[in-house]
Amino acid sequence: MRESRTDRLLELACWCSAFMVLAIAGWILFDVMGHGFRRVDLNFLLGSPIDAGRQGGIAPILVSTVLILGVCMTVAVPIGVGAAVALSEYGSEGRRATRLIRASLDVLAGIPSIVFGLFGNALFCRALGMGFSIASGGLTLACMALPLVIRSTEEGLRSVPVEYRHAAAALGMSRTSTLVHLLLPAATPGLLVGLVLGIGRALAETAALLFTSGYVSRWPTSIFDSGRTLSVHIYDLSMNVPGGDGNSHASALVLVALLIGINLTASLMANVWLRRRIRT
Amino acid sequence: MNRNRKTDQLLGVLVKGCAILAGTLLLLVILYLVHESLPLLRTTGAGRLLTDSAWRPTSGQFGLWPMIAGTLTVTAGALLLATPIGLLSALFCRCYAPRPLGKLLRRILELLAGLPSVVYGFWGLVVLVPLIARIRPPGASVLAGILVVAIMVLPTIALLVDAALESVPADYSRGAAALGMTRWGALRGVILPAASSGIFTAVLLATARALGETMAALMVCGNVVRTPESLLDPVRTLTANIALEMAYAMDLHRSSLFATGLLLALIVTGLVALAEVLSPEGIDA
Repeated sequence: MRESRTDRLLELACWCSAFMVLAIAGWILFDVMGHGFRRVDLNFLLGSPIDAGRQGGIAPILVSTVLILGVCMTVAVPIGVGAAVALSEYGSEGRRATRLIRASLDVLAGIPSIVFGLFGNALFCRALGMGFSIASGGLTLACMALPLVIRSTEEGLRSVPVEYRHAAAALGMSRTSTLVHLLLPAATPGLLVGLVLGIGRALAETAALLFTSGYVSRWPTSIFDSGRTLSVHIYDLSMNVPGGDGNSHASALVLVALLIGINLTASLMANVWLRRRIRT
Repeated sequence: MNRNRKTDQLLGVLVKGCAILAGTLLLLVILYLVHESLPLLRTTGAGRLLTDSAWRPTSGQFGLWPMIAGTLTVTAGALLLATPIGLLSALFCRCYAPRPLGKLLRRILELLAGLPSVVYGFWGLVVLVPLIARIRPPGASVLAGILVVAIMVLPTIALLVDAALESVPADYSRGAAALGMTRWGALRGVILPAASSGIFTAVLLATARALGETMAALMVCGNVVRTPESLLDPVRTLTANIALEMAYAMDLHRSSLFATGLLLALIVTGLVALAEVLSPEGIDA
């Protein structure tokens, strides 16, 4: 290809941008990792927070986080898988409805998390009377994770060759057994990738939980207790607790490490099973 | 055979029910926001949110202007910074990078896209804000907000543009090279126009993300309710306002926060709808 001066300028600009992105990523990761690294040990992971979190650990917060994720996924996965099956396998029965539902899911994926927080507060905490609780938080997150779960399950179903469906129909299999014995097993990889990505998305969420699951850092006794997640803990320590930066760094390290682990798992699974790159 | 047909029917009803539930969720969200903001809309009207001179919700003044100005400045600034850098990084991945480096950069961008906003906010709070405070205290300012939000939306832009460039057939650039075009000429005349709808989509979705960003803005912007006069003034965004006041808001005050949320939801709906119209195969964010 011919080269001109503009070409060389453009190439220079591209290299600079790329370098900047790498430098910023390095800066953020090293800052979080470097400061947090010294404070994370078994006592931190297994201890309760002391003195509003300045001292002590994050065990009850990890438990609340897991419970909220559990509620979120128990609700989002069955509904999401059902909806994905309807959209991709029964979609031809109502093209307009399918298009409308897809469009509404795209919009839903773009709604700011704080708005989901408002919605969750009004519906789950107030109207359904669950108050500030792990259940309210989990259900709010389920609404947010739903579009993601549906999209990756659909991807999974789409990767099943159409010949399989024809063959099943030719053998006289019912739709239910086609789905249960053929389509869902074949689509499991996509489903699992969606599950993992949904967990990652929910784990990263803060704004939607501030006034749905609340701030309490005690050990939760049931899912109707209030409980804070790791990301809310980071926010609270760094903004509302003077001198909480140390443990905030450590919690951020734990959160980032978990997320990197989850994303690596998802892309590994996608690479092995789906043979395509996934985008978050 | 008869029993099979019954299970099939049941299955159909079940999965369609799930789809309808998922599809109406958006409607439910919007309806609830409208329902909760009705007390304010009915007694004072939506216009008051724009015309009132100050934000003193406990004494009946609901002027959102300082916050709207804050949100617009932070969003516009972040996009002005992130769009060119994101575009150039995507070009770097596609056209200039040696293969392993391009792959590494894409991995890093995916990693950045997955980092929680609270981590960005925390980094801004402990690293950027003290740096800016050296120029002029307190440091928590419009500038800090712009920088952090720009870093947050950059991966969105870069990855979506990268995907748009990937979808341009390789024949186009080979053809351009065969015609003796320079690389810049090929980009400007052939490849960028072919990828333009994808690039627009990327910018629109990044706008939606920047408008709705809460935690980072809340942590680094200073949260003072005042229209900013310089980049180093503290500011409060619409989203930060909701997050800060929701905990104790009552009655009309609470309604006004829901109205703010409704406004944000409607703007985002508009942006995503526009992106949908622009990109032929739907969006994949």
